Amino acid sequence: MRNKKLVDYGKFGYIFSIPFILAFLVFSLYPILYTLLIGFTDLKGLMTTEIHVLWKEPFKNFATVLKSNLFKKSFSNTVIIWIMNFIPQMGLALLLTAWFTDRRSKVKGQGLFKILFYMPNIITAATVAILFTQIFGYPSGPINAILIKMGLSEKGIDFRLTPSRIKGVVAFIQFWQWYGYTMVMLISGVIGINPEIFEAADLDGANRVQTFFLITLPCIRTIMLYVLVTSLIGGLNMFDIPSLYAQDKGDNGGYTVNMYIKDQAFAGAYRYNTAAAASVIMFIVIVLLSLVLFYIMRDKDEAKLKKLKKQQLKMAKSRKAY
Amino acid sequence: MANKNSLHKESIGLKVVIYIVCVILSIMSLLPFIIMFSNATRSTFEIQQSAISLYSAHPIQNLIKNWKVFNGKSFDPATGFVNSLIVSTGTTVLAVYFSCLTAYALYAYEWKLRDAFFGLIVGIMMIPGTITMIGFYQAAYKVGMTNKLSLLIIPAIASPNMVFFMRQYLQASLSMEIVDSARIDGAGEFMTFNRIVFPLMKPAIATQCIFTFVGSWNNLFVPQILLTKKEKYTLPIEVSLLNGDIYQTEFGSIYLGLSLTVLPLIVIYALLSRYIVEGVALGGVKS
Repeated sequence: MRNKKLVDYGKFGYIFSIPFILAFLVFSLYPILYTLLIGFTDLKGLMTTEIHVLWKEPFKNFATVLKSNLFKKSFSNTVIIWIMNFIPQMGLALLLTAWFTDRRSKVKGQGLFKILFYMPNIITAATVAILFTQIFGYPSGPINAILIKMGLSEKGIDFRLTPSRIKGVVAFIQFWQWYGYTMVMLISGVIGINPEIFEAADLDGANRVQTFFLITLPCIRTIMLYVLVTSLIGGLNMFDIPSLYAQDKGDNGGYTVNMYIKDQAFAGAYRYNTAAAASVIMFIVIVLLSLVLFYIMRDKDEAKLKKLKKQQLKMAKSRKAY
Repeated sequence: MANKNSLHKESIGLKVVIYIVCVILSIMSLLPFIIMFSNATRSTFEIQQSAISLYSAHPIQNLIKNWKVFNGKSFDPATGFVNSLIVSTGTTVLAVYFSCLTAYALYAYEWKLRDAFFGLIVGIMMIPGTITMIGFYQAAYKVGMTNKLSLLIIPAIASPNMVFFMRQYLQASLSMEIVDSARIDGAGEFMTFNRIVFPLMKPAIATQCIFTFVGSWNNLFVPQILLTKKEKYTLPIEVSLLNGDIYQTEFGSIYLGLSLTVLPLIVIYALLSRYIVEGVALGGVKS
């Protein structure tokens, strides 16, 4: 009865989706396809609008990008900075999660701590980058002032001098901005665990550490993987902080892929074609990562149900055939 | 008994460690902003003497002096603020309304392409807008639409993340009986959505509003590419100007400029932090 009614109203499903679909086609799909197209053309130079597809060697731009030392460097920089920030970020977030969700001894004031830890995440990344440029300033920034006062350094440290220092500071800023977010996500995952599981663990005499490693961690595995993959996708798009803090300093030690893409397209020779090719390469990487994410996050029960339905359908069909 | 006692001691020891770490982390969150606000009221000379100090000989005069310094140069926080407000508000309104509408279409009606459409939304959720920037810019350039704030706003109509979130919310909270009874009362479909369903989604709308607004407010990459005219700059672009050579040694005014951009966010956060922190968890994963 109800189903029949819904079928009558079905056309509204289409009507109400029209704005989304139109905006998607114009502002997402078209730019994606156009970026792809530009990747195969000779489009470069300011004010150029005519494009010619490179029929003779269609993958020339892609080859140029993949062979470019600067691109290779920016890609490895991006991944290294991401790893340097993600490992301590996940570690600290897990530790805080274990502390804040411990059922035997409540941490007082954790509401306030959560709010404070999460705060850096909402501040404009551009502002954060410049603020830290000042804070890690050389020779007279606040950090150097502290180091000199404490006698740890005589003249202060130039934090933008070497690639490893630049990577370290950028990774630290990313870590500082994101560990609170990761913690909040993990805590919500722990809260979602059925309390009966913990009670059973208590009855079996599991101690705190055992409970955390044998119960909590396996139960929040999905959410951890979710954080991992979304963080990796975000990390591959790192732009604001390295472009404002690191720039081209320290032998391009903090030069990321998005900076490469932007510089190719909007500086120097305005090579839109190689920039587009680099975008497409990153697009492919991100799509692959997303597929991993969806595989992890898939609804296992629903997948089983679908499989079952399919099998039943097949059986019914084969019966008809007989 | 002794055993129990030592266990107790151990847990007190752990507690002490927990609080020490938490307090250190809290200081780490706050200190950069404290330095920023306090140095905004100090002169460049004072900052060079000691960059980490709350002391300022003439806080008000220095504040005015710092303000005058950056006012005479390219940094224009007022314009950036207004432009950012226009873009963020427009983005939030469009994204929220049309995401709710699309989510409702996905939830309340049965149509042939529904599952395919939902699959598409899930599929494109993870793709960041920065990836398509070159094509987007070129297309906008061809039709002369660069330097239009509207080009930063209108694409928000298609916000796959939020559609996904809103659909989950509707699934959990809206019963079709309410919709059916509105139909019996003779309300049209569009009116049912506007008058009944949309107001019912308030809690979800509130959290999504905050995140969309903050996300749009903080965006640098896309505006920086699309907007080349000074009077169209958004706040993050203005902030990035503070990095330029002309401010190299004007430490006081850099800190003041940064403070001005952070202040609205801190006020919003102070008022809404509870909902924000809870909202993060809601928006993340479906279960």
